[in-house]
Amino acid sequence: MRKSGGVVVVCRCEDVTADDIREAIELGIDDFELLRRYLKIGFGPCQGRSCVAIAARIFARATGRKIDEVLSNYRVRPPIVPVSAKYFTRGART
Amino acid sequence: MIGKCSSCFMKVNGVPNAKTCREPVREGLVVERQRGWVPPAAGVEELGSVEFREVETDLLVVGGGPAGLSAALKASECGLDVVVVDEHFKIGGQLLKQTHKFFGSVELFGGMRGFQIAEEYARRIGSSERIRVIPRSAVYGVFRGGLVGVVGENSHYVIKPRAVVGSTGASERYLDFVNNDLPGVIGAGGVQTIMNEYGVKPGDSALVVGSGNVGLIVAYQLLQAGVAVRAVVEILPEIGGWFVHAAKVRRYGVPILTQHTIKAVYGNGKVEEAEVVAVDENFNPIPGSEKKFRVDLVLLAVGLEPDTRLFSQCGAVMKWSPDLGGLVPLRTPDLETSVRNLYVAGDASGIEEATTAIMEGWVAALSAVSKLADKSRASRAEEELEKINKFLWEEYRASPVLARARRGKQSVTVSREEMEKIRAEHPPHVSFG
Repeated sequence: MRKSGGVVVVCRCEDVTADDIREAIELGIDDFELLRRYLKIGFGPCQGRSCVAIAARIFARATGRKIDEVLSNYRVRPPIVPVSAKYFTRGART
Repeated sequence: MIGKCSSCFMKVNGVPNAKTCREPVREGLVVERQRGWVPPAAGVEELGSVEFREVETDLLVVGGGPAGLSAALKASECGLDVVVVDEHFKIGGQLLKQTHKFFGSVELFGGMRGFQIAEEYARRIGSSERIRVIPRSAVYGVFRGGLVGVVGENSHYVIKPRAVVGSTGASERYLDFVNNDLPGVIGAGGVQTIMNEYGVKPGDSALVVGSGNVGLIVAYQLLQAGVAVRAVVEILPEIGGWFVHAAKVRRYGVPILTQHTIKAVYGNGKVEEAEVVAVDENFNPIPGSEKKFRVDLVLLAVGLEPDTRLFSQCGAVMKWSPDLGGLVPLRTPDLETSVRNLYVAGDASGIEEATTAIMEGWVAALSAVSKLADKSRASRAEEELEKINKFLWEEYRASPVLARARRGKQSVTVSREEMEKIRAEHPPHVSFG
């Protein structure tokens, strides 16, 4: 039975909690991209669609920064959706 | 459950990590639960053959919801060839799960229900020879030379479009509260998928978080489906949605608790109880004001966030807009982003509603036509575009209900001259045309 004092999940794909983020900030992580690399926020199959905004908001609040400042280095790289490896191993370009 | 996250992942025919909310039921289908993310084991996935296809088209539409479909139709009527890429097996986007009636003129489908509008679009698009729909497919990236990589149903496409309309929609916003990962906590749109699209009763008793139109409409739909709605909570001092929708819910005796938010959910493997708390004017919880409800469903209807990853990846200049729900691309009044010939329309341009999405689809398509079509068609397109923009900005968005979206959209719209300066300062890594 999950009682009070349970976890607050931020990134469901990688199981990152709000406490994980606060601990990382206490450790001295002062950059959102560094935080993402440290905790793998948004590195799972949803690629950040559910969690990046919420993590950025927690990070902005905790560090006293504005959210657009927090996200200023946020980059999106392909593949922007999860893709099965078979698409790249079969059917080579002719 | 609206196709954007990973929460519905299950094993489908032995292959893990399949988005079950996008999986059509068919003969012999085997669906099994999985716990968390399962790394695909070697040999588990049936590799099968992948066909590689190169496709050239005038206009590529990414996302077949109201914005994308209206763009596709408009562009095809003006003589462009169009390819529509959509993740679902049925086109229509979020219209597919909307059972309430729309307002507005006949041209904007006033009086029709959302899913009927989707059917009408499917009919019109099906009879157009200029539009090709690739269902169950997704853009995975845009590359040098304006080549767009798309995967779908054992096919790998490389599409070379002259212009792109990004109508990628939005994802549901998630909330941070204690035990928010317990099964039973679900997005309101997700419940609409399960209930309205697939006809499954999602639970027995529910708490709805958020009293915007989505929260109110879903609360009413839950009641119609025989789910007891214990309460709707709203963190703001006022109900967010329209009076008509709130009145319907209140008539059923459902309390709408303003200045309240969700604090926690509890349960054994699934939600059994939800705890709400009153908040002060700074949204801080007031200790001692907690209330508990016995529910097995907690619906999050706390807003949507534009799905703009496609634009970010292309190097479009983006701006964070709280009024629009998140990060959106800057655009000209004719909806072109800082990536030349990449247009934005619908919720991806900032959260608004289906009717404005349809109009933005027209605007984006007509912008593309004005650049790509012959002279006479181009000038007609420009005239029509101006008329639609005038109606959209000066009449439709003058409604107080859309004041916030209007303000937001104004704040991310720049003149064509201004956009040229932005392009010079932030050259994108890809271009189309």
